[in-house]
Amino acid sequence: MSAYKNSVCFNEARRVAIFGGTHGNEMSGVTLVNLWVKNSAEIQRKGVETKPFIANPKAVEKCTRYVDTDLNRAFSPENLSAPGGDDLPYEVQRAQEINRIFGPKGSPEAYDVIFDLHNTTSNMGCTLILESSKDHFNLQMMNYIKKAITPASCLVLLNEHPLLKYSTSRSVAKHPVGLEVGPQPQGVLRSNIFEAMRVILKHALDFIELFNEGMEFPPCTVEVFWVSERIDYPRDANGNIIAMVHPNLQDCDWEPLNPGDPMFQTFDGKTIHYQGSGTVYPTFINEAAYYEKQQAFVTTRRETLVASAIRKA
Amino acid sequence: MEHVSLPPLSRVAICGGTHGNEMSGVYLVREMQKQKVDQAGSVSITTVLSNPRAVDACRRYTDTDLNRCFTKGLLSAPITDSTPYELKRAQELNSQLGPKGSKEAVDLLCDVHNTTANMGLCLIFYSIDWITLHIYKYIQSKMTSTPVRVIQLDIPISEAYSLESVGKHGFAIEVGPQPNGVLRADIFNMVKEAVDLTIEWLQGFNSGSTFEGGEVEAYNLVKSVDYPRDPTSNEITAAIHPQLQDNDFKLLRPGDPMFQSFSGEMVEYEGEELYPFFVNECAYYEKKIAFHLAKKITLTFPPISVKKD
Repeated sequence: MSAYKNSVCFNEARRVAIFGGTHGNEMSGVTLVNLWVKNSAEIQRKGVETKPFIANPKAVEKCTRYVDTDLNRAFSPENLSAPGGDDLPYEVQRAQEINRIFGPKGSPEAYDVIFDLHNTTSNMGCTLILESSKDHFNLQMMNYIKKAITPASCLVLLNEHPLLKYSTSRSVAKHPVGLEVGPQPQGVLRSNIFEAMRVILKHALDFIELFNEGMEFPPCTVEVFWVSERIDYPRDANGNIIAMVHPNLQDCDWEPLNPGDPMFQTFDGKTIHYQGSGTVYPTFINEAAYYEKQQAFVTTRRETLVASAIRKA
Repeated sequence: MEHVSLPPLSRVAICGGTHGNEMSGVYLVREMQKQKVDQAGSVSITTVLSNPRAVDACRRYTDTDLNRCFTKGLLSAPITDSTPYELKRAQELNSQLGPKGSKEAVDLLCDVHNTTANMGLCLIFYSIDWITLHIYKYIQSKMTSTPVRVIQLDIPISEAYSLESVGKHGFAIEVGPQPNGVLRADIFNMVKEAVDLTIEWLQGFNSGSTFEGGEVEAYNLVKSVDYPRDPTSNEITAAIHPQLQDNDFKLLRPGDPMFQSFSGEMVEYEGEELYPFFVNECAYYEKKIAFHLAKKITLTFPPISVKKD
């Protein structure tokens, strides 16, 4: 019996995966998963099968983000059902394989939770990435993690947007959880970043264990940063960048950007100001991998979501 | 020390993109080419994007590290169909800016680099060269936005393997920290300031100014330290310790934390007191270098001015 009105029931989370190397040069996840493949004691929890998995081994071997195409954009319905086998780009083939092992996406056989470990060159600190504002299980997990690491902070980025949302490797699972920790250069392993990611995962797995044991989590509110708009660099007619993220904006992820604030700086020192209609909260500021995706940063708006009480079915 | 007179330095080359993912140099050269910068008073300026294929792919190199291709041996090696791209490119650059060791070579070659290590701005050069030391002293006296240091590698010019050894005088401008593939405005502005000051010094020199001699502190490379590795897989088993991370040029003493293993143990530094630099440079994992170690030396240099005919 639930102690709360409108308590939502979920099945026990029995099958959990931890993906590292969805991008082959994001070293925290690659290193953690390799460690756990050798010795998984740290990630074992009663009643849960937790599988560490290198998502893009060819990219990891070359220490590059991807070989043919970005694996973390490859899980669209078209790609997952595309015929062509060996003729398909490597990452599309890999997406289909991952969908077979951990999915099929959208089906009852899919894994319960996938944690997807990422690094960013942006100064985002520890960020949890949520794909749906209606996933009460994930909202409760994120609330648990945030409370567990206090006074350290972990913010939640909600990537629910009709145009900007993309098909991630973790989206194969019923409850996809992105873990993004920065700043860390590609190809570099920083000890503090590595340990921070490790601690977040520990709390996430603790949450799952408690949930499976029958703990009921009361309703809670979760502050999220909801993705709003992608802002590209100013470019010339040939598509070349003609200005850089302004020194006042660089490294200021999650801080308010007000209309009129400096946004870009040209190579000869002129300032380009933010012309939006209201205050926004930028993030993914100057992420290396997003130059080719035409993104200097993404704007978000702050919202508070309400999560229902949850318990196992 | 006695006054030294040297011929005018009328030809300088500014090179960027020797490593295709080190963005300050790439964008500086592109901007200078867009603005058609080719002369500044008495100084003629050649701007070169050293490794265009690597720049296009935003990678350090395509076949092999271009900045290791400039030894006399490699520059004179015969080219075949199987010669790596960067070796061919090195010979092209040597024809354009050298030949290395000849009187046709550019007077000064500045090669712009970035590092993921927290090194501020460094000039890196080979054997003692009065021009480089004077330019260093000039830049250091005028730049306040970052520490400016000079690193000397004890390698005779004949064995020097990097691009700046092609010029009669040369040094690398190394600025960090900046991730590969990222263009930071603060770092770009430091690089631009250093290059502008270099050209300013050359103009001053050519116009007859005397630059007072003096002494500078330099870091002289002694040795390198690799990561702890698993003996069978050769994978690294530890990361740079948080107390060493970002502390380039802070004296490392025996007993100081050096690495933090993935299982949580701290590995201490053992050896003589030295100054670490290139701490956690991305490109050096494959070269088996976690960091370099240097001793501090004092370099004395004479007053110089241009030789008047």
